[in-house]
Amino acid sequence: MTTQSISYVSTAEIPSSPPPGNAKGFPAWARQNLFATPLNSLTTILIGLFLAWALPPILNFLIFDAVWFGDSREACIVEGAGACWAFVNAKFGQFIYGRYPLDERWRVDLVFILFVIGLVPIAIPKVPYKGWNALYLLLVFPILAFILLCGGFFGLEAVETSLWGGLLVTLVVAVTGIAASLPLGVLLALGRQSKMPVIKMASVIFIEFWRGVPLITVLFMSSVMLPLFLPPGTNFDKLLRALVGVALFSSAYMAEVIRGGLQAIPKGQYEGAAAMGLGYWPSMYLIILPQALKIVIPGIVNSFIALFKDTSLVLIIGIFDLLGIVQLNFTDPNWASPVTPATGYIFTAAVFWVFCFGMSRYSLFVERRLDTGHKR
Amino acid sequence: MSTMPSSGPSSGPSAMKISNEIAIELIGVNKWYGDFHVLRDVNLTVHRGERIVICGPSGSGKSTMIRSINRLEEHQKGKIIVDGIELTNDLKKIEEVRREVGMVFQHFNLFPHLTILENCTLAPIWVRKMPKKQAEEIAMKFLERVRIPEQANKYPGQLSGGQQQRVAIARSLCMNPKIMLFDEPTSALDPEMVKEVLDTMISLAEEGMTMLCVTHEMGFARQVANRVIFMDRGQIVEQNEPEAFFSNPQHERTKLFLSQILH
Repeated sequence: MTTQSISYVSTAEIPSSPPPGNAKGFPAWARQNLFATPLNSLTTILIGLFLAWALPPILNFLIFDAVWFGDSREACIVEGAGACWAFVNAKFGQFIYGRYPLDERWRVDLVFILFVIGLVPIAIPKVPYKGWNALYLLLVFPILAFILLCGGFFGLEAVETSLWGGLLVTLVVAVTGIAASLPLGVLLALGRQSKMPVIKMASVIFIEFWRGVPLITVLFMSSVMLPLFLPPGTNFDKLLRALVGVALFSSAYMAEVIRGGLQAIPKGQYEGAAAMGLGYWPSMYLIILPQALKIVIPGIVNSFIALFKDTSLVLIIGIFDLLGIVQLNFTDPNWASPVTPATGYIFTAAVFWVFCFGMSRYSLFVERRLDTGHKR
Repeated sequence: MSTMPSSGPSSGPSAMKISNEIAIELIGVNKWYGDFHVLRDVNLTVHRGERIVICGPSGSGKSTMIRSINRLEEHQKGKIIVDGIELTNDLKKIEEVRREVGMVFQHFNLFPHLTILENCTLAPIWVRKMPKKQAEEIAMKFLERVRIPEQANKYPGQLSGGQQQRVAIARSLCMNPKIMLFDEPTSALDPEMVKEVLDTMISLAEEGMTMLCVTHEMGFARQVANRVIFMDRGQIVEQNEPEAFFSNPQHERTKLFLSQILH
């Protein structure tokens, strides 16, 4: 019996060849993605049937049967009427500005334009001068926005915050909360990791206090309890109190998100930075935070989105954000109709969704951009 | 272990000059992790230009000792004087020492979010306050020295282990250090890549850099070291010139260790 030889030597390199040609085009895509297995096919068919059943009535309500024009409820109480967009159309100014005086609304528009001018270039990586841009957004813009919105300077008529409302309030609360919570959260997270017991303790107490209290309670306390402790006659602006409450509340959540990122950074990174003689702040700023924040972008944006939607809670202390002002207008007898509330809620939901979805998509873009693609 | 042929007398350790100036001095250094005594009365004097290889079984305290020289580990008793500066709790002094002492780690510890060039220029720009352009020129010079200038704009994750470790060496050299510490620089590398890193280290040694190197590359020790130190259980057990150390170990523990690794 002869044993087979196990010795083998390759004689030529096998050249790489293109993949088989039947893996291209729509039929191949559909086969792979829609009808790959029997269960997959069944799911595709069921979802198709569901869409065929649900989509036409939704589209009819929103578009084909909807009432687009009209001056009062008369237009919307017709039989079989869909969404009453005429209501949104008539109240649009209120939804955006609240009771901000009509003649002064250009100031709000201007603030919005100034904000977009700062935000768009900083969001596009290719635009240069990021440092100046950030300085404008973080220092110049807030001052300009304060002067323009509140008035009382340079001959601008003072506008009380109690007159503010609608999307204006929603954006003011959300943008302030986001802008304040990120840096505060970073400091708190670093504080919680600190080797100095006093700083660590203070951070832990702060974070655990604000995380342990519902936002509604924070807002109530700011509007009901705080005045009790202050000397009579002192009057803190209600919106300002809400802003501070929201900012501190969300910074506690932000701190914990960021701490998660800090913990994911290997010890070697700290040592690598230290071994070159970098001090604490430079190594945090240059080495640790860029990596930690990148890891927790999904968590940060999650917090931003939650914060954006939580702004609606200011309603309970008598500040009318977008949702509040829309609901308020349901009581207008001139527009009372069966479809008015539904229309109002759909409009509000759509506005919130656009902002939140925008943040979500932008965060995905940033994540992909910052991905250096390889593990350390 | 690689078995590099021992080099002839002309290119051997004795050919490289060692000054009388003291670079590092450890006097009665002790350290504990909790109750565990990791460094036991370690005394060591390193002269400028010396190339010392430290070996020993794992847990013998060799890494801890080398890491205490730039205060990545704190010692609890004794004195460590580096480049004339005593290491205490004074952060300024510690940073001063770290500026003059380069360190290469087992796991490279490159910064993954920065390019190779940025990794190399970061410390010169932020610690030495060097203009960016000058720092980049210096970085390119050292990247050429470790023979990977073409990778300057890539990220660490795109490089092989050997290339990453060479970048780590270049990164340290950009700070123009007086002393280089190597903490098992080839232990995490694929076997094929060990040589390229060792070659870089050998050329560094030939230029007269003061080097302390924790490694088990005995071929490297024979070729460049002028002293080999063997540590066990937190103690320096034996030290000698490489030839004598390998051919005629004195302590029983050293004999056992060498018989385990030189097969």
